[in-house]
Amino acid sequence: MLNLVLKRAALGLITLWAASVLIFAGTQILPGDLAQAVLQNNATPENVAALREELGLDRPAVERYAEWLGNAVHGDLGTSLVNHRDVAQDLAPRLYNTFFLALYAAIIAIPLSVGLGVLAAAWQGSAFDSAANAVTLLAISLPEYFLGYLLIKWVAVQWGLFPVLASVTPETSFTERLYMTFLPMLTLVLVIMAHIMRMTRASVISVMSSPYIEMAVLKGLAKWRVVVEHALPNALAPIINVVALNLAYLIVGVVVIEVVFVYPGLGQSMVDAVSKRDVPVVQACGLIFAAVFISLNMIADILAIVSNPRLRHPR
Amino acid sequence: MKRIGQQSRRDFLKTAAALGLSATAAPYMVHSAFAQETPKKGGTLRIGMRGGSTTDTLNPTSYSNAVPLLVGYAVMNGLIEIDEKGVPQPELFESWEIGAEAKEWVFNVRKGVTFHNGKEMTAADVLYSLSLHTGKDSKSPAAGGLKHISEIQKLGTHQIKIVLSSSDVDLHYALADYHLLVVPEGFTDWAKPVGTGAFTVESFDPGVRCVLSNAGNYWKSGRGNVERIEITVVNDIVQRMNALVAGQVDVINDVDKRAVDLFRAAPGIELVQAPGGWHTIMAMQSDVAPFNNPDFRLALKYACDREQILNALFNGFGRIGNDHPIPVSDPFFNAALPQRAFDLDKAKFHLKKSGLVDTTITLSASDAAYVGAVDMSVLFQASAAKAGLTIDVKKEPHDGFWSNVWLKAPFCTSYWAGRASATDMLASAYYSGASWNETHWKNETFDQLLAAAKAEVDEAKRKTIIGDMQTMLSDDGGALIPVFSDWLDAHRSHVKGHTPHTQFDLANGRLCEKVWLDA
Repeated sequence: MLNLVLKRAALGLITLWAASVLIFAGTQILPGDLAQAVLQNNATPENVAALREELGLDRPAVERYAEWLGNAVHGDLGTSLVNHRDVAQDLAPRLYNTFFLALYAAIIAIPLSVGLGVLAAAWQGSAFDSAANAVTLLAISLPEYFLGYLLIKWVAVQWGLFPVLASVTPETSFTERLYMTFLPMLTLVLVIMAHIMRMTRASVISVMSSPYIEMAVLKGLAKWRVVVEHALPNALAPIINVVALNLAYLIVGVVVIEVVFVYPGLGQSMVDAVSKRDVPVVQACGLIFAAVFISLNMIADILAIVSNPRLRHPR
Repeated sequence: MKRIGQQSRRDFLKTAAALGLSATAAPYMVHSAFAQETPKKGGTLRIGMRGGSTTDTLNPTSYSNAVPLLVGYAVMNGLIEIDEKGVPQPELFESWEIGAEAKEWVFNVRKGVTFHNGKEMTAADVLYSLSLHTGKDSKSPAAGGLKHISEIQKLGTHQIKIVLSSSDVDLHYALADYHLLVVPEGFTDWAKPVGTGAFTVESFDPGVRCVLSNAGNYWKSGRGNVERIEITVVNDIVQRMNALVAGQVDVINDVDKRAVDLFRAAPGIELVQAPGGWHTIMAMQSDVAPFNNPDFRLALKYACDREQILNALFNGFGRIGNDHPIPVSDPFFNAALPQRAFDLDKAKFHLKKSGLVDTTITLSASDAAYVGAVDMSVLFQASAAKAGLTIDVKKEPHDGFWSNVWLKAPFCTSYWAGRASATDMLASAYYSGASWNETHWKNETFDQLLAAAKAEVDEAKRKTIIGDMQTMLSDDGGALIPVFSDWLDAHRSHVKGHTPHTQFDLANGRLCEKVWLDA
């Protein structure tokens, strides 16, 4: 098994390296010359040439890539071309915000949707099953910003229960933060619930039709024990995968929610940086997002291996 | 005061203007009266603003967004302030004299003003602050308006002289540019600017939030009233309005004109509307076929249903344009020039005369120009079709529009936010040698008139000259200017001193020092 896990980890590293190549190449082919974009209205040929040299743009791309990757591995993400601040230092609080919101949403959404999925599977075909399906499907069918606007309209503006803007600062206390980010969290929970719930339900139902479950029912076990102790452990692998995918989404895919709720996360930084051609920031965000995505998938695969007796004890 | 790249587009430019012009007959409560009550001191003002980015800095040579502009004016002072009527008023320059041929200007620097660090402000600080923009390798957007300055001399501790290479009776408008803020001589720590303004920066998180606190003992009487200001960047237009309705902020800028009815249901919200120089353009390059044909240009101009665009896209909060860039709020606006109507017969007539009846043209449109540019292009496409003109609307990508399409495509959407003086506006975009002459329109007589207008001290004569230039542009120029849009802010009713300004929203960026709270 260790062999399998190590192999999977190595694969993850290779994927990350490939992603870094793509990120670097991608930022090189953004439309418009970088030096020109930075200089804007002052882009005389001499200035452009001077800045190109300063940024090292006159050197071969491979050399610049190697240097960039080397620095990034050591935690040096460079300096912003626009505001000349240290990228790592600037992004740290935003990264924290992004993780905070993702974790907040995940802690609520995952138990809730796995629970609902198990219940829906246990009571397959009941009114509860239909209702849970209908509600989660409705939530996932609406674009996330629209869902956000609806919540804002009713919960924030009409009833005044939670703030419209989730503009947290580093000084915001933990409880205050939970309160301020409640609506973005709720939006995200609604967005990811359907996936996880339906995958759990389908996976449990498919296991429920196997002979050993029938055996368990026939020997007179209580229904909840059949579902939770016998069916769920064998249905875990696909659930773990869908949870990992949704976790990754919570971290790398929520820029729309950040904009709507004015939440200072990493996505907003990246969008701003792309429009200003602030390449070091774009590269840093890209690398962070890639790393998160790849590690979560890797962890999911490893957990799937661990949770599967056939993979755990290969013959 | 430039217009390439980010700076330009966000360069909320300026227009000299007389208030008192009737605002559109919008059926909303519009706050326009000057507060007659005595300002109260204290309180916290919360502003929700469009116009902030994580790439912002507080270095005045970098300002390209509304948030740093507002913070800049809160912490530092300008040399000259344009008032609500569009007239230059003393600020750190207390008075000035124009020398012979408007080539030499002498400015007296205000005495008894101290920086936050306790140092008294003198001519040396002004010289240093100006040099940040006029220096050879300055990247300041204000540099363009100052490039005719050949020398700046210090005449005394509180007096300077500016020598120009060409006559300019409007130099004081250029010196009112929002980038030209005064800091102590040698100052470079832009993370925490030191100025002579009413506030100091407590914290600045670019694109997120800025907190200002009152510096105390402000030198302008009646200003600098509130104790603390919290600026939150809310770039999403719907959320800005929600935040105001929910009471999470007290003031917002750039109200969604089409959704302004939302405020009707919410008591205690007032709109602040000001006519200004912000205008939309469809720029035709008049040296490229078929736009090199003056009749073809006229046919397009007559085939544009301006009223429809104004009502559909701006909900009537603005006024229709007459194919020249001078707004009705400018003292030099040519009121005698008849407004071009939507006239299909004339459009057909000029199209026929041009001999280009079956020509299909492409309009490169993008909402990068301004939100609604694509919609406007489609409306224009429909109205022009009625005159037999076939227009393909090509939707260009948002990203890179200003570097890849603007100034390159022969017919594209664009905008200008207006300029403090009419001559500056005309020189920036219509002078034959201007780098942002987006219409490629070149006219020798026009260039001569521009030079004459800049040197003419007599107001009445200038008015005639600038009026003639507007006629030339309207009849022959390559810019189709359908609409001028108004500045539209909103605040909760306890906010006082937030008055309309023709130059830019939030009282031309000076909201922080002007505002007071009636608790």
